[in-house]
Amino acid sequence: MSALKIKKGSTSHSAYNLRDTHSSVEERHTLAIVVENEPGVLARVIGLFSGRGYNIESLTVAEIDHSGHRSRMTIVTRGTPHVIDQIEAQLGRIVPVHEVIDLTAEGPAVERELGLFKVAGKGDARVEALRLADIFRANVVDSTLESFVFEITGTSEKIDAFAELMRPLGLREVARTGVAALSRGAAAKH
Amino acid sequence: MTRKMAETREMTGAQMVVQSLRDQGVTTIFGYPGGAVLPIYDEIFQQSDIQHILVRHEQAAVHAAEGYARSTGRPGVALVTSGPGATNAVTGLTDALMDSIPIIVLTGQVPTFMIGSDAFQEADTVGITRPCTKHNWLVKETDKLSATIHEAFHVATSGRPGPVLIDIPKDVQFATGTYTPKGSRPSLYQPRLKGDAEAIAALVKAMEKAKKPVFYTGGGVINSGPAASRLLRDLVAATGFPITSTLMGLGAYPASGENWLGMLGMHGLYEANMAMHDCDLMINIGARFDDRITGRIDAFSPRSKKAHIDIDASSINKVIRVDIPILGDVAHVLEDLLAAWTARGGVTDREAVARWWDQIRDWRAIDCLRFEQSGPVIRPQYALSRLEVLTKAHDRYICTEVGQHQMWAAQYLGFDAPNRWMTSGGLGTMGYGFPASIGVQLAHPDALVINVAGEASWLMNMQEMGTAVQYRLPVKQFILNNERLGMVRQWQELLHGERYSHSWSESLPDFVKLAEAFGAKGIRCSDPETLDDAIMEMITHPGPVIFDCLVAKHENCFPMIPSGKAHNEMLLGEASTKGAIGAGGAVMV
Ligand SMILES: Cc1cc2nc3c(=O)[nH]c(=O)nc-3n(C[C@H](O)[C@H](O)[C@H](O)COP(=O)(O)OP(=O)(O)OC[C@H]3O[C@@H](n4cnc5c(N)ncnc54)[C@H](O)[C@@H]3O)c2cc1C
Ligand SMILES: Cc1ncc(C[n+]2csc(CCOP(=O)(O)OP(=O)(O)O)c2C)c(N)n1
Repeated sequence: MSALKIKKGSTSHSAYNLRDTHSSVEERHTLAIVVENEPGVLARVIGLFSGRGYNIESLTVAEIDHSGHRSRMTIVTRGTPHVIDQIEAQLGRIVPVHEVIDLTAEGPAVERELGLFKVAGKGDARVEALRLADIFRANVVDSTLESFVFEITGTSEKIDAFAELMRPLGLREVARTGVAALSRGAAAKH
Repeated sequence: MTRKMAETREMTGAQMVVQSLRDQGVTTIFGYPGGAVLPIYDEIFQQSDIQHILVRHEQAAVHAAEGYARSTGRPGVALVTSGPGATNAVTGLTDALMDSIPIIVLTGQVPTFMIGSDAFQEADTVGITRPCTKHNWLVKETDKLSATIHEAFHVATSGRPGPVLIDIPKDVQFATGTYTPKGSRPSLYQPRLKGDAEAIAALVKAMEKAKKPVFYTGGGVINSGPAASRLLRDLVAATGFPITSTLMGLGAYPASGENWLGMLGMHGLYEANMAMHDCDLMINIGARFDDRITGRIDAFSPRSKKAHIDIDASSINKVIRVDIPILGDVAHVLEDLLAAWTARGGVTDREAVARWWDQIRDWRAIDCLRFEQSGPVIRPQYALSRLEVLTKAHDRYICTEVGQHQMWAAQYLGFDAPNRWMTSGGLGTMGYGFPASIGVQLAHPDALVINVAGEASWLMNMQEMGTAVQYRLPVKQFILNNERLGMVRQWQELLHGERYSHSWSESLPDFVKLAEAFGAKGIRCSDPETLDDAIMEMITHPGPVIFDCLVAKHENCFPMIPSGKAHNEMLLGEASTKGAIGAGGAVMV
């Protein structure tokens, strides 16, 4: 490509960069996807994102209705409005996908993520870690004389912030669930 | 016995496969046996409702099923074994996905208890084919097999059609279970067919005001069925608007129709592309703004209002932003559109549209497909013009391979009815045409089925001569033999400084002897003077024919919109090509 002196990101020549023609600012969207709980459905959704070059910032999935064979995925993605529209339309084509809800577009939603943090240390650092955990309403779910495992729930930003604070205090390991989200108010979206 | 008991019956999985196909009205399947499908083959042996056609390669089974489907409007079925049988089917599945062709592919799989153990001829078939099917299933219980097959037919044929695959482990074929008849469980998959009334009303208003309207139609009209083509013809006749079509939509509106502009796009007609570029209202009916159509996106029909009727929400606004999106099935929407437009008096701006036609007539006068046959060498355009004249009156179906010959066939053959033109558009699969012609001939035993081929493409599935001869299928393989990978050579001439890197056909077989080796007829023609007689000989021969038509070796296919250029920057002939394609165009192949 470089031999042809085509500017990176140029859209007028390549069939593959078309979506940039309507380029505007990228947005972060949280999508809830209600699917038939059948084998391979997760692979279909992930394959769609990788095959078409879309982003996944986080993904969670679990069964929500055992007798109805329904699972719900929550995907946080990023793209221009045009790309977000395409993602939703492409998801909608997958045969076992029952519903795609754009929680970002459809009004206020609550988003929560759970993080587990292993912090090891002694002395002041250990005391400071426990104090900060308290401020963040994190729970201690395991402790030894040299370590804590904290459990914290909140928005992704809150968990990011907690991680930053723990880093200098002996952070050893992190596990995060990714975002789960629901719209606010009484109305059910599916 | 109660009705319910009579309908649900105990049988083996292999029997269920045959019974489900029977219930779906299937009479022909294309396949190739192997260890993992032997129980099904054993059932096929013991019945006579369903004819099994033994192809010579699984890719051909899938393309034959595609040809069968496209030429009948009914789904095609293929049956192959696990492992290599399944992987050989992948190209055909991808082809059918790109062109929205409804086919059902049944694959054998190793027994459930061996899955994951790298068993003999095990492949992760559902994993491999997930991105190249509309949907696929691995059936692990015999009790679920028949319901899954019925659901598969529903999914393949509903909404935007496409290929589906069912992977059936061998133990599931042997085990006994309960048969679920067709239609006993309503499917959850129910795409919306009717268009939004408000959007249709908006389109009616736009049609009333349009001064330079054009219908841009595509494969979706064919997919929608014969009613869609009928309604389209009514709509064009009633409005008097000009109409063009993509490669995939040829025949939906007759080529002999008054308002026909010819095919549009990269190798489309000048008048069609100019009308698309200059129009003020573009009505897209079942087409997907493919890059062969749009050319340079930012210069695509810059001044028009655009409406788009499509059953797949992801086709709308994917490439081109439209003003009036209408989600629905072509036939349903056109019916409502015609009714709504007629109810408001059937108004159009007749004067303006008449002026628009004057403009179009000027473009037409350029006569962009004009060519002269002079000299001793057959020009490919001439060969196809003669083929058109000599076969027009027949009950004719045309298939093609991929390359220059495919584009010339689209330009020089006229299609007056839908489902008469089978070509690989989206994937552009060399090797598609010959097996597709076999599928078409099986569906239409008495018709004249011709595969317009390039010699390079044709060689990719030439083993199917065995199939054609075995089943006495009188398919005509009309090979425009330029001893070149012509389309590649053309691009190398125009884009890569005439460096013809590996784009010629070396060591070609003697096609006449090849035909004879298979027990078929071979005809060679290199002289324009004898071409008509040779074509007549091909048509009248009752069996399969390989027609080796030796044509000019360095002919280019024009008109052509160079990649990265706008519609109004079309090249009309060799004289105007020098330096016409900037380096940028080379990226978009
Ligand atoms: C060498 C080569 C050169 C080519 N050059 C050209 C060219 O010059 N011109 C050209 O036109 N093509 C050309 N093609 C073909 C091109 O690549 C595309 O395959 C073709 O343009 C797509 O046609 P289409 O837009 O009609 O879409 P299709 O692929 O037929 O898609 C149909 C559309 O209709 C929708 N649809 C399906 N069913 C329904 C329904 N029931 N109701 C409503 N909507 C429905 C689908 O969702 C889809 O959006 C070329 C191909 C090759 C291999
Ligand atoms: C399976 C496959 N491989 C490669 C290509 C790329 N390709 C497109 S056209 C073409 C040449 C076709 O040559 P031929 O069949 O002789 O037809 P012609 O262009 O000469 O009419 C090639 C190699 C393709 N479309 N399909």
